[in-house]
Amino acid sequence: MPKLPKPPSYSDVKGSVQDNVIWKSIFRPGSIYRKGYRDTSRDRALAAMNNVLYHLHPVKVKRHGLKLTYTYCLGGLSFFLFVLLTITGIFLMFFYTPAAGAGTEIAYMNMRELSASVTFGGLVRNLHRWGAHAMVFAVFLHMARVFYHGAYKPPREFNWVVGVILLLLTLFLSFTGYLLPWDQLALWAVTVGTNIAGFSPVFGDQVSFVLLGGVQIGPETLLRWYVLHVLFVPFITVVFLAVHFWRIRKDGGISGPL
Amino acid sequence: MSDEVQIDQEVYDRLIGEGKSERIARAKAKAASVRKQKIEEGQSLGPKPAEEASKALEEFRSSRGGGGGVATKTAAPADGGSGGRLTPEERAQRVAASLGNGGDSGSVGVPASSDHTHRLLALVPPAGIQQVQSKQMDKVYTWPHLLLVEFVALLAVGSLLLIVSFFLDAPLGSLANPNEVPAINKAPWYFMGLQELLAYFHPAVAGITIVGATVALLMALPYADKNPSARPENRKFAAMAFTFFLAFWGILTMIGSFLRGAGYEWVWPWVQGLGFTL
Ligand code: HEM
Repeated sequence: MPKLPKPPSYSDVKGSVQDNVIWKSIFRPGSIYRKGYRDTSRDRALAAMNNVLYHLHPVKVKRHGLKLTYTYCLGGLSFFLFVLLTITGIFLMFFYTPAAGAGTEIAYMNMRELSASVTFGGLVRNLHRWGAHAMVFAVFLHMARVFYHGAYKPPREFNWVVGVILLLLTLFLSFTGYLLPWDQLALWAVTVGTNIAGFSPVFGDQVSFVLLGGVQIGPETLLRWYVLHVLFVPFITVVFLAVHFWRIRKDGGISGPL
Repeated sequence: MSDEVQIDQEVYDRLIGEGKSERIARAKAKAASVRKQKIEEGQSLGPKPAEEASKALEEFRSSRGGGGGVATKTAAPADGGSGGRLTPEERAQRVAASLGNGGDSGSVGVPASSDHTHRLLALVPPAGIQQVQSKQMDKVYTWPHLLLVEFVALLAVGSLLLIVSFFLDAPLGSLANPNEVPAINKAPWYFMGLQELLAYFHPAVAGITIVGATVALLMALPYADKNPSARPENRKFAAMAFTFFLAFWGILTMIGSFLRGAGYEWVWPWVQGLGFTL
């Protein structure tokens, strides 16, 4: 009877997977995927340092910033919701066409079909909708907590200004998304909202013409707002988020303690 | 080199006369006197051409006692009286040692061989770069402490959102119809404060002036608030003002959202029902 080859042991496999140029090119020296993790100060530092999260977090943070009642995690949660909305939004894009010509209201049809016949379609739509409301709310609360901590004081003045811009962008993201289902609620809520912009004394008509692609909300508006909602405003938001996060670190990390 | 560099009194007086600070005038006057001295000795100013530099290096080496075999990697210069400063020779030895060539080439700021592509400009003691005044803060490692908190927060909010989304469907009304104005006609909730203002003021005031002023005020706030303290007990006025600001918009938003019904008339939600859709 021929002898069967012995299966390689776990450590053999691990060794041959990790001990080659490709693995080593992916994981930097000191990465826990390269040499394991022991709970030492050195490995704790390396876990933060040899990680893409190093773009966001320093190796060490101020102890008081960890207390839940300092940030209430509100900035982080705003960002989490933004990421969640990006993911669910990409899912929704697969099933949506921004068309609303008379008699060919495909956008609205798509919304109906989404809940009726797309697996998890309704759930993802709900997540996107409630997540959007939650994000607007979280950003408001984040602003309030930053104010009450005086966390906008030097050197963080400019980051507050970036924050205000992020607040406006968040509102605009939510508002442009509001129109996309193309139901009565969407059409009229957005009509009320854009009428306000149209009241601006000097450029009122031009502003609403540019925003609406016409004198009133129609199929052109839907296409325009779709592009704003899925591409343009998220792009601008990401740019400002990058500045916001970069400044938090350059301004010396989280503010305080009080 | 060892003797004190004189300063050029003429240049010094002129610069002081021009209102330059004492420190700058002294530095410039020193430089001027060195330049003058060099010209007197017939040396050329500015960077030396390559051969001249290597000749100067040769001289430097021989003045150090032939080839620098004395250098050791752990050279510990006796710096008894010099107040912690190295003499140029000692510094050169250190540089050589740190470059790993044991001082054999005696290379000081000049490529020892042609495959060096850069040269060392200076060694600066750490204290010379910056003086950090701030106190050491009480800090903890991002991993595991901060990342764990973040992860839990993310799970909590994520699962809350998932549960809500499971039980509560997003609204979807009938097909949009530009010719049929719904009885209850409201903006999204975060604009309800604005819409409520429109019930009281001319649109040019409510829509633009008040909104514009609010955004401008928010952006100007950190520059307007000159109070350096972040402690709550020192910011009573600021806290109160901001609370009024939040309450102003909060109350308007509540009224608009819950107390307005068909035709934007005042209603009581427990009588006429809730005219509010998210
Ligand atoms: C999309 C919206 C936003 C996101 C994702 C975001 C994210 C963050 C994060 C993650 C932090 C770290 C500390 C914390 O979590 O509290 C932070 C800090 C900060 N944010 Fe925001 N933010 C947003 C909007 C705003 C707004 C609207 C303002 C103010 C008008 C603002 C002003 C600030 C300031 C001044 C800090 C520094 C606070 C400190 O050092 O304690 N941000 N932001």
